[in-house]
Amino acid sequence: MANEGVNQGRRRFLTGTTAVVGGIGAAFAATPFIKSWQPSERAKNAGAPVLQDISKIEPGQKISVLWRGSPVWIVNRTKAMLDTLPGLDGRLRDPKSQVDQQPKYAQNETRSIKPEWLVMIGICTHLGCSPEYIPEIKPEPFDPEWKGGFFCPCHKSRYDISGRVFQGVPAPANMVVPPYKFVDDNHILIGVNPEDKA
Amino acid sequence: MANVFTSIGNWVNERAPGMMPVYRKHMTEYYAPKNFNFWYYFGVLAMVVLVNQILTGIFLTMFYKPGAATAFDSVEYIMRDVDWGWLIRYMHSTGASMFFIVVYLHMFRGLMYGSYKKPRELVWLLGMFIFLALMAEAFMGYVLPWGNMSFWGAKVIISLFGAVPLIGDTLVQWIMGDYNPADATLNRFFALHVIALPLVLLLLVVLHIFALHEVGSNNPDGVEIKKKKDPATGKPLDGIPFHPYYTVHDIVGVGFFLTICAFIIFYQPTVGGWFLENDNFIPANPLVTPPEIKPVWYFTPFYGILRVIPDKGLGISAMFASIVLLFLLPWVDRGAVKSIRYRGLGYKVALGIFALTFLLLGSIGAGLTAEWIPKIFGASADVTSIEMHFGWLLVLMYFGYFIFLFGYTAFGYEKTKPVPERVTGGGH
Repeated sequence: MANEGVNQGRRRFLTGTTAVVGGIGAAFAATPFIKSWQPSERAKNAGAPVLQDISKIEPGQKISVLWRGSPVWIVNRTKAMLDTLPGLDGRLRDPKSQVDQQPKYAQNETRSIKPEWLVMIGICTHLGCSPEYIPEIKPEPFDPEWKGGFFCPCHKSRYDISGRVFQGVPAPANMVVPPYKFVDDNHILIGVNPEDKA
Repeated sequence: MANVFTSIGNWVNERAPGMMPVYRKHMTEYYAPKNFNFWYYFGVLAMVVLVNQILTGIFLTMFYKPGAATAFDSVEYIMRDVDWGWLIRYMHSTGASMFFIVVYLHMFRGLMYGSYKKPRELVWLLGMFIFLALMAEAFMGYVLPWGNMSFWGAKVIISLFGAVPLIGDTLVQWIMGDYNPADATLNRFFALHVIALPLVLLLLVVLHIFALHEVGSNNPDGVEIKKKKDPATGKPLDGIPFHPYYTVHDIVGVGFFLTICAFIIFYQPTVGGWFLENDNFIPANPLVTPPEIKPVWYFTPFYGILRVIPDKGLGISAMFASIVLLFLLPWVDRGAVKSIRYRGLGYKVALGIFALTFLLLGSIGAGLTAEWIPKIFGASADVTSIEMHFGWLLVLMYFGYFIFLFGYTAFGYEKTKPVPERVTGGGH
């Protein structure tokens, strides 16, 4: 390229403007490719609400329902289980559920709409494993003062029977409560908020 | 016959006269130090494994069917019904682990002989990018069989991106293309694994070698052979042409290496769950977590760091920092002497501890320490607590290496030995 008698300022201006216009074009051209990675319409449809009959769940029993590919637990908690909750506050990371891990209507000690019915995504908030349900109130190898709850085998995080995380474990937060509502006394719809509390 | 080859050669040469000089520059007139030892085999071996991975990988794609409903069955189809399919797959899966073995040894060689130091910083940086691309490639390849460990491993690793402030959850959904690792995730990982990342890897390998051939190879003495040239020919006195001397020399190493690989492929393809994890012989199941989620062995040192730090954000930051610091090594180490042979005692001890720390972090990441602790401290030992404290010590020692190295070399504490003018040894 001949450099004699060149207007350097104009050359820089033309190089700069061409680069900017080209860069904007490249960004627009990249958009469809980046957007193609978002959940597809089919994936979004598959994430639609799930209706579950709860009339057959015995007290103390836990069932798993698949919603959006995640295990949603429904636990019919007994009076004895619920009685363990108030005494644990001092050992929990977030006893009042202040971190936004549940809908507003489940921000209470039982983390539920009806105290006995726990509806919760059964995924550890550390790295997404599925914790084990260990409801018996008896000393366990991982916790001599175990009051029943959930124990994650991956990295030994512990949660109480409301899914509230204990202190000193890797998991940073309580387990997530999904949006759900009672359609009637025997049916729960997972994935939608109650009409009056949305 | 000879005439035919000569005339074909001449024909090409007349039309592309620039090709022979490139060949000469990288092969017959690339002068490598004559004192290479055992540690200098691993670069060539990494290339051999790369070729193996590409070749076996191409054939696997002919039978493998990406997709959550088909992947696991198609892998079993390869193993049972495709003629020699088992061999091709085991060559690929064994190659993945062997790749990391030779790359880790290749990197350790770089640390021992100061190969990352000026003027070879660019070679080191490109090599580190190869290491990163290789980790991404290996991770995505591990997801493809869609076994249960594939699924849960993918979930854990992708969840790491959820720790990014503000956009974390959106980013995780964007990577997965769903609310969980699913069909969409598997398909895009297949595309990245078989075409995008291999192209990146090949380009980086070419740049790594070009950058090396600009500055010339280091050697176990850390002496620059370009400083002592034959006045008549202008060739380094301690250098020998890469071809034929090192090509022939490397054939011996390659033969030995392939013998070991063949033994693994034929007799111990899973290596007791280390190369192929037991839980990956079960199809992916989003509702059942494997009893212990652990990555394949080559990720365990970094996973160990993540595992012992109880805070999610801090754990992930520490894990990434542990890799970033390796990139920065040429600027952390201020010592003038390259080779461990002439460096201070402090460096020798520190490097030994660093290597041991790396292995022990791996044992934590692989869940081995959790098995050892009850045997050492008795059945009543608090495994979690002991493992955590031991892990913290190891994390401190890992990062301590870099802090020590900077302090030791930048403030003149290192007492080095005199470096010889010419390389020592070398029986070629």
